[in-house]
Amino acid sequence: MADLSVNFAGLKSPNPFWLASGPPANTGGQVMRAFDAGWGGAVWKTIGEPIVNTTSRYGAIDYNGVKVMGFNNIELISDRPIEDNLREISEVKKRYPKHLVIASLMVESKRESWHEMVRRTEDAGSDALELNFGCPHGMSERGMGAAVGQVPEYTEMITSWVKEAARTPVIVKLTPNVSDIARIAAAAEKGGADAVSLINTINSLMGVDLDTFAPRPVVAGKSSHGGYCGPAVKPIALHLVASVAKKVRIPISGIGGIGYWNDAAEHIALGATTVQVCTAVMHYGFRIVEDMIDGLSQYMDDHGFRSIEDFRGRAVPNVVDWGDLDLNYKIIAEIHPELCIGCQLCYVACEDGAHQCISPYTAAGNGKKNVNGMGVHVPRIIEEECVGCNLCALVCPVENCITMKEVKTGLPAMSWNDRTRQRAADPGCALPPTPGAD
Amino acid sequence: MPLRQTAPKLSPEQYEANFADIAPPLTRQQAAVEAARCLYCFDAPCTQACPTHIDVPTFIKKIWTGNLRGSARVILEANILGHSCGRVCPTEVLCEGACVMHEKGEQAIAIGRLQRYAVDDVLDKDIRMFHAGAPNGKRVACIGSGPASLACAAEVAKWGYAVTIFDRHDLAGGLNTYGIAAYKTRAPDSLREVELVRQLGVEIRQKTEIGRDISFAELEKQFDAVFIGVGLGETWGLEIPGDNLHGVYGAMEFIEQTKVKPFHHLEVGQRVACIGAGNTAIDVVTAARRLGAETVYLIYRRSEREMPAFKYEYDLAKKDGVIFLWQTQPIRVLARDGAVTGLECLRTRLGEPDARGRRSPVPIAGTEFTVEADMVVRAVGQRPVTEFLRPVPGIELRKDGTVVIHERQQTGNPKYFAGGDCVNGGKEVVDAVAEGMAAARGLDAWLGSPRAKG
Ligand SMILES: Cc1cc2nc3c(=O)[nH]c(=O)nc-3n(C[C@H](O)[C@H](O)[C@H](O)COP(=O)(O)OP(=O)(O)OC[C@H]3O[C@@H](n4cnc5c(N)ncnc54)[C@H](O)[C@@H]3O)c2cc1C
Ligand SMILES: Cc1cc2nc3c(=O)[nH]c(=O)nc-3n(C[C@H](O)[C@H](O)[C@H](O)COP(=O)(O)O)c2cc1C
Ligand code: SF4
Repeated sequence: MADLSVNFAGLKSPNPFWLASGPPANTGGQVMRAFDAGWGGAVWKTIGEPIVNTTSRYGAIDYNGVKVMGFNNIELISDRPIEDNLREISEVKKRYPKHLVIASLMVESKRESWHEMVRRTEDAGSDALELNFGCPHGMSERGMGAAVGQVPEYTEMITSWVKEAARTPVIVKLTPNVSDIARIAAAAEKGGADAVSLINTINSLMGVDLDTFAPRPVVAGKSSHGGYCGPAVKPIALHLVASVAKKVRIPISGIGGIGYWNDAAEHIALGATTVQVCTAVMHYGFRIVEDMIDGLSQYMDDHGFRSIEDFRGRAVPNVVDWGDLDLNYKIIAEIHPELCIGCQLCYVACEDGAHQCISPYTAAGNGKKNVNGMGVHVPRIIEEECVGCNLCALVCPVENCITMKEVKTGLPAMSWNDRTRQRAADPGCALPPTPGAD
Repeated sequence: MPLRQTAPKLSPEQYEANFADIAPPLTRQQAAVEAARCLYCFDAPCTQACPTHIDVPTFIKKIWTGNLRGSARVILEANILGHSCGRVCPTEVLCEGACVMHEKGEQAIAIGRLQRYAVDDVLDKDIRMFHAGAPNGKRVACIGSGPASLACAAEVAKWGYAVTIFDRHDLAGGLNTYGIAAYKTRAPDSLREVELVRQLGVEIRQKTEIGRDISFAELEKQFDAVFIGVGLGETWGLEIPGDNLHGVYGAMEFIEQTKVKPFHHLEVGQRVACIGAGNTAIDVVTAARRLGAETVYLIYRRSEREMPAFKYEYDLAKKDGVIFLWQTQPIRVLARDGAVTGLECLRTRLGEPDARGRRSPVPIAGTEFTVEADMVVRAVGQRPVTEFLRPVPGIELRKDGTVVIHERQQTGNPKYFAGGDCVNGGKEVVDAVAEGMAAARGLDAWLGSPRAKG
């Protein structure tokens, strides 16, 4: 059986699955139930001077009958007194010494305030600190959260203040609402951070009620931009995790759109050592961690990975600049007629939305007939025209009915950057041909 | 004279439960989920399979986007009886039968139910979808107010024709009002659709029989073109001794009762024997069971394999606990004191295939046996009622009474067009609608409209 335990910046976690700072980690009672369910750690709901929340706080996007594809909130940090949170942290740690309790903190940007907060939290027994430099709404208007995390100099400075006082590892949580997240990660590293976690939520408005013109989520007819998260943000999160992994040496806790073990595995393959989950728990409860553990173990066993380190970061070197992609690699679409159901979606997609390389009917069909005796019209790929964009395979509703097959060009691998370099070295050189270039 | 033994009356709730919609309306959430399943095929097979060629993917996509009114418009433009069709079409052999989901190994999209969902919305909210066209000064008469005529009338009214529908019956709608199983649709549902047609300025004159109350000469004087949509008439007789006894009913006579009378006013035998195995026979036996009959037989001369009813109709009767007597031929209705007591029957064996390829039943002598019944229903096909057309020069009738048509539903007399059951010999509502609309285009072209090209 695969060993799921990890060492994250010196912290030992029974598995890589942590609750992200948010409503599921709001109280000691919840965190203890989460640990019972199997979560390895919990990042406490951000602690600071208690705030007042609005009612009506969340919005969601449903897609094709699937609920909560995307989720957003305009909640602030914990609305509970600091003492209550700290007391419960002590209690949880006493009862669950092997699980990790990480305190998420946010205080006003004053050196003494941070020192004071760090001391109190560590005295309560937390295993590590996560600095919330990411909250995009509300708190940032008060000069905290993303207001810090969007400026590399502030990030570095406040991280270094915390490090002056901290005895436990310091994790800096990053906001995606910046133009270059890797720069902010580097600033945190420079400030002494032991790790980074990302992503916090993305600035968003969930929609507009078209009768009242109130944006969502509606607070007395108005709304404010909130933080977007849930399944819809995973691709964004993966990209940002990968760019940070390429930039810094400190460990990463991956967050964003994780609902299943394979989402977690992808974050790990792109460099994360642990992962954090919020929306999926808000949707389905703590119990989802059971399959996360089970599924990840299965996957690792199937691939012969004995520990998380065996595959962590394996995909990072494969994330390259566009200029380093091989222009001589060629694939084209192939339709497997026996699987075709005759929906013609590939045809209309390619005809109207891509490169006009599919003809709608084949003379032969595939021999299938429906109850009305009508045959199934199987489209045909015009192979000479196909640019290999994947669109038809992506829209085809039948698994494996359209696959992309590699066509050997017989040409050596060559990227745009290779070409540019060749040209720079020898401006008069004849460039080798590339497939599809006329 | 009463039936020998009638089934005990049920409670009002029980009747309602027994005749509740077999395909209840979808909730908003169900419709959203089902609409989302639709792949939005291009050049979709469901649309091709529908006799009225409703643009199915488009109307389903509109349900998905929440544009129900637009969805209903797409449906009703192609088929003014889109609501009924959603309820009563044998979708399994039409649109849903062609759904690509079958090839995918999944359940077909519930097209009929989605169709009803969209149209329900505009009917419930009484939203007016269509308006009569600017009057073109021409007049069209429709004989019969069934689906074929309603479709023809609605279409030409939109183009500005003044239309009058004549029907000999009390209520409009034809078999859509009087014939279709109550658990699929009720008379008021059909009448709601008749209202849609009336809103287009179409005049409907009930209790007016053409050929009796109004002569063809008069009709021809007043109207520029005539559409014949008279459907089929009463059920064929059994032509066996006792056929006319009290307690022997025609299928239509029996079914019509279930459509226009409150269920608790209906008398049904405790034991019912229905002769025939088509879709109408299924409607008879299921209605009899649902009205409380204890024992219901379906008697058929051939075997299960030759049964003409659709498979899912047959399944319905099986679920209702009907007893099937295959290869059984009634030879005499038995009675005591003038009331039916049962049927004397012979077993049959199947002989050589007939012209249509069905093996014909041959009674086996000496196999007489009795099926006890308090009520016998004949469901052996309906007689056309087209004899009254004989005086019209040029109109040809086939041996079975159906009206012969040429291109664009035009009969041998160019002023007369025909469609629906009286032409096709008895198909479905949707076919009648398609033929009514085709006739509308036909007469429009014949009257020289510029719309008609090709
Ligand atoms: C028991 C039964 C169940 C059925 N179930 C279904 C089903 O589930 N789904 C489905 O799609 N189809 C079903 N059908 C078939 C469907 O009802 C018919 O195909 C459809 O109604 C035919 O329409 P039509 O307009 O041609 O004729 P009809 O609906 O028969 O209408 C003809 C009208 O013409 C009138 N008429 C006749 N002669 C004259 C005259 N001389 N003057 C004035 N008026 C006249 C009649 O009164 C009648 O109203 C069923 C039929 C039956 C009998
Ligand atoms: C295949 C593809 C190519 C695109 N190319 C361009 C482009 O050349 N120029 C541009 O301004 N945006 C381009 N976009 C971005 C789109 O214009 C649009 O901003 C983006 O996809 C978000 O809109 P959507 O959610 O409707 O797709 C492209 C998008 C796609 C999917
Ligand atoms: S009219 Fe009938 S066959 Fe046509 S799409 Fe609607 S339900 Fe299907």
